[in-house]
Amino acid sequence: MSAHADTHAHDDHGHHHHKETFVTKYIFSQDHKMIAKQYLITGTIMGVIGVLMSIMFRMQIAWPEQPNVLFEALLGKWAPGGVMDADIYLALVTIHGTIMVFFVLTAGLSGTFSNLLIPLQIGARDMASGFLNMISYWLFFLSSVIMIISLFVQAGPAAAGWTIYPPLSALPMAQGGSGMGMTLWLVSMAIFIASSLLGSLNYIVTVINLRTKGMSMTRLPLTIWAFFVTAIIGVVSFPVLLSAALLLIMDRSFGTSFFLSDIFIQGEVLHYQGGSPVLFEHLFWFLGHPEVYIVLLPALGISSEVIATNSRKPIFGYRAMVMSILAIAFLSTIVWGHHMFVSGMNPFLGSVFTFTTLLIAIPSAVKAFNYITTLWKGNLQMNPAMLFSIGLVSTFITGGLTGIILGDSALDINVHDTYFVVAHFHLVMGISALYGMFAGIYHWFPRMFGRMLNKNLGYLHFWVTAICAYGVFFPMHFIGMAGLPRRYYTNSNFPLFDDTANANVVITMFAIVGGIFQLVFLYNFFSSMFFGKKAEQNPWRSNTLEWTAPVKHIHGNWPGEIPHVYRWSYDYSKPGHEEDFVPQNVPLYDGEEELQH
Amino acid sequence: MTAFLTLIIVLFIAVAIWQMVKIFDLAQVGTSNNQVATDKDNRINGYLMMGFLVFIYAITIASFWYLGDLPLTSNSASAHGPQIDNLMIISMVVIFIVQTVTQFLLHYFAYKYKGEKGRKALFYADNNTLEAIWTFIPVIVLAGLIIYGLFTWTSIMNVDESEDPMVIELYAQQFNWKARYAGEDNTLGMANVRLIDIDRANILGLDESDPYAEDDIITTELHLPVGQPVLFKMRSQDVLHSAYMPHFRAQMNCVPGMITQFGFTPTVTTDDMRERDDIKEKVANINALRAERKDEIEAKGQELLYEFDYLLLCNKICGKSHYNMQMKIIVETQEEYDAWIKEQKTFKNSLTN
Repeated sequence: MSAHADTHAHDDHGHHHHKETFVTKYIFSQDHKMIAKQYLITGTIMGVIGVLMSIMFRMQIAWPEQPNVLFEALLGKWAPGGVMDADIYLALVTIHGTIMVFFVLTAGLSGTFSNLLIPLQIGARDMASGFLNMISYWLFFLSSVIMIISLFVQAGPAAAGWTIYPPLSALPMAQGGSGMGMTLWLVSMAIFIASSLLGSLNYIVTVINLRTKGMSMTRLPLTIWAFFVTAIIGVVSFPVLLSAALLLIMDRSFGTSFFLSDIFIQGEVLHYQGGSPVLFEHLFWFLGHPEVYIVLLPALGISSEVIATNSRKPIFGYRAMVMSILAIAFLSTIVWGHHMFVSGMNPFLGSVFTFTTLLIAIPSAVKAFNYITTLWKGNLQMNPAMLFSIGLVSTFITGGLTGIILGDSALDINVHDTYFVVAHFHLVMGISALYGMFAGIYHWFPRMFGRMLNKNLGYLHFWVTAICAYGVFFPMHFIGMAGLPRRYYTNSNFPLFDDTANANVVITMFAIVGGIFQLVFLYNFFSSMFFGKKAEQNPWRSNTLEWTAPVKHIHGNWPGEIPHVYRWSYDYSKPGHEEDFVPQNVPLYDGEEELQH
Repeated sequence: MTAFLTLIIVLFIAVAIWQMVKIFDLAQVGTSNNQVATDKDNRINGYLMMGFLVFIYAITIASFWYLGDLPLTSNSASAHGPQIDNLMIISMVVIFIVQTVTQFLLHYFAYKYKGEKGRKALFYADNNTLEAIWTFIPVIVLAGLIIYGLFTWTSIMNVDESEDPMVIELYAQQFNWKARYAGEDNTLGMANVRLIDIDRANILGLDESDPYAEDDIITTELHLPVGQPVLFKMRSQDVLHSAYMPHFRAQMNCVPGMITQFGFTPTVTTDDMRERDDIKEKVANINALRAERKDEIEAKGQELLYEFDYLLLCNKICGKSHYNMQMKIIVETQEEYDAWIKEQKTFKNSLTN
């Protein structure tokens, strides 16, 4: 198996190769590695916008209605005299949620790593359809542009919360953001969903059809399992959000009454009759909850790979890990009602959703314990990717545990829509998924750009981020337990909550420091892309196939034949081998047993 | 202009950080290697992992120290409140134990097994017994919590009609609350937003031809007699709202086009609650904090001194003034309540022509 970077050799294997121009190579590329980079960079830019927004509204919460030059400069007419307006506060919260959940942690995370790793780790020359893949990216790009444009419309961007519950989101007279801003939001999301579906279908087909010889499903790295199952969840649930969005567009623009009934607003009765906002909630959360796992599973997959490689140990309980992923995926589609315990739906239905919701804690617990056991008696290589993966397990546990309270309908009565919820989901899906994404970037940067990220900057980035993440979200649970509702522009009208005001200042401080230190990452990322140290063939001494492909990217991934696979990807420190890793394309020696996994 | 200058300053700070990072980066040249962790990195980060464990414990202790009164687990003011509080405390204890132990194992292993050149990790891929253990322990613990939780939930949500609860409508609109008492007949008159007639002061859209509506009483404050079961019927005229009454451990969304409900029995009068030591301490603490911000508060025209009151808050994003949508709740003795309700106008008498 030759892995030498011979850029000419790849013409021999019969794969079509056209002369590449700047446009076909960097813009309308059909190569999965380039598309992965496009996703990553677009996602990063959206991430910067999303984080900046969160810092602005955190400042408003900490120092309510205080003039601030940052607001004056960035918000313009929405901050007269530098005091943030209540409408734009809600808009910032809404767009922050939308951008982070969909544009950064769905497209930015899955789009980047599914595209990069699926063909490389299963031994395929590219995605099943390079063309669809290209369309998928450009639809995502278009939806990002529309979302950004929506920030600048006259009456303000969408401001009904990222869950856009009607009637608030349906009636322009209910709030400014429900006019043109909401229309653009819906259009952007409809395009986003199309993009996501094209991507997901491509991932599924590729994993099923294009695995190299010997790559059975039980030899797949856990990354691929996670991406594969994530894509399936996406295909099952995203169309439902699309239908909800289309019906909402009908209600808004064509006078139908799917979600609206009996409304009297601003002195007039509207004609809507017979619809129900609760129906929208069902449709929204039918995607909305699986979406949590669409965000989280790829991060868990990435950290499985990173933890095993850097522990120099097989991932503990491979089979249990796969089963957990499948169980989580299945359960994730039947728990959506736990967002709606107090929505007015039948209490018996609430009981059923409590039951299914708490069940999901079991596979999650198995995963957490398996990660911890993987570390046990390992030989841990503390690369930045490893730190982020350990950080992920830590926040996944802390954030996941409070799910036991929120998933319990009787307790949810009390903490529903308070800061307790905000703290919970930010830790368990926001920070965890972000850590997974960072782990992926630090680990596969050499594979993407042929250069190494600076590790010391990586350490600085991780430790400050880790401290700030806990500093922001840990005390927030306690504020929620004081009953403070989320999405309040200011808490100063409720003296009842005055004793949480100082904690809110501390939280905002942590948020600002954490936000600023992401600059360390951005510097490292963009400067290493051009000036980083040249990467070796297999810097982390990893088993998976992507490290057998030449460092310099070529169309078709491997110059000669595609490597064959003889073993699973977790033969680290296997007795009987000289090295502490055995790549998947190394045949079993005489008498070697493949581990029964 | 000041905005512009500050923006430039912010920009300079960003550039300065960028440059410092760059110097830091360049200082590594020569000393370093191929950007893969060395034994020294493993050692330092291993120690930092233990440091981080201490940090997690410290922030937990600090949070309990400064914010640990957890108003949502004590001093409930409804009959079902203690049930929820119990379940909450049990769940929190379980969480606290699991959190402490697993975070310890995770970070301790990260420290203990930090990599060294020449050492080989243990090839340990599977152990069915272990996995069975940590599948079944969560199953048992969760089964307990689920069963307890579901019993609590069912007993709260199933309103016992035989107790003859007092029926009150909570009516939400951008951005205020109204309460409608059912009157002598304890039956709310029919209503629909299509019947709203602002000119005649029929603001909740009651059906004037419905005899049950005649004695209904519409108020902007919620008074409840202590010990009397109440069944709230929620309605909204415009967008989603949520009637959140944290002291009573009660919450239900108000949904345009449908009537939702939630029932509870208030058990402590406002006056009695104000006399409790916990509450006194909390109020004193809040007033001390408010005294520090005296000017700011008075500039806004708010009262400086805070006095404890039960509140109804809106807890579902409903538009611009969502943050200020509240209604005072007063729990009082039956006599006080009777005196108060007698002073209120019935719907029939409140209509103008």
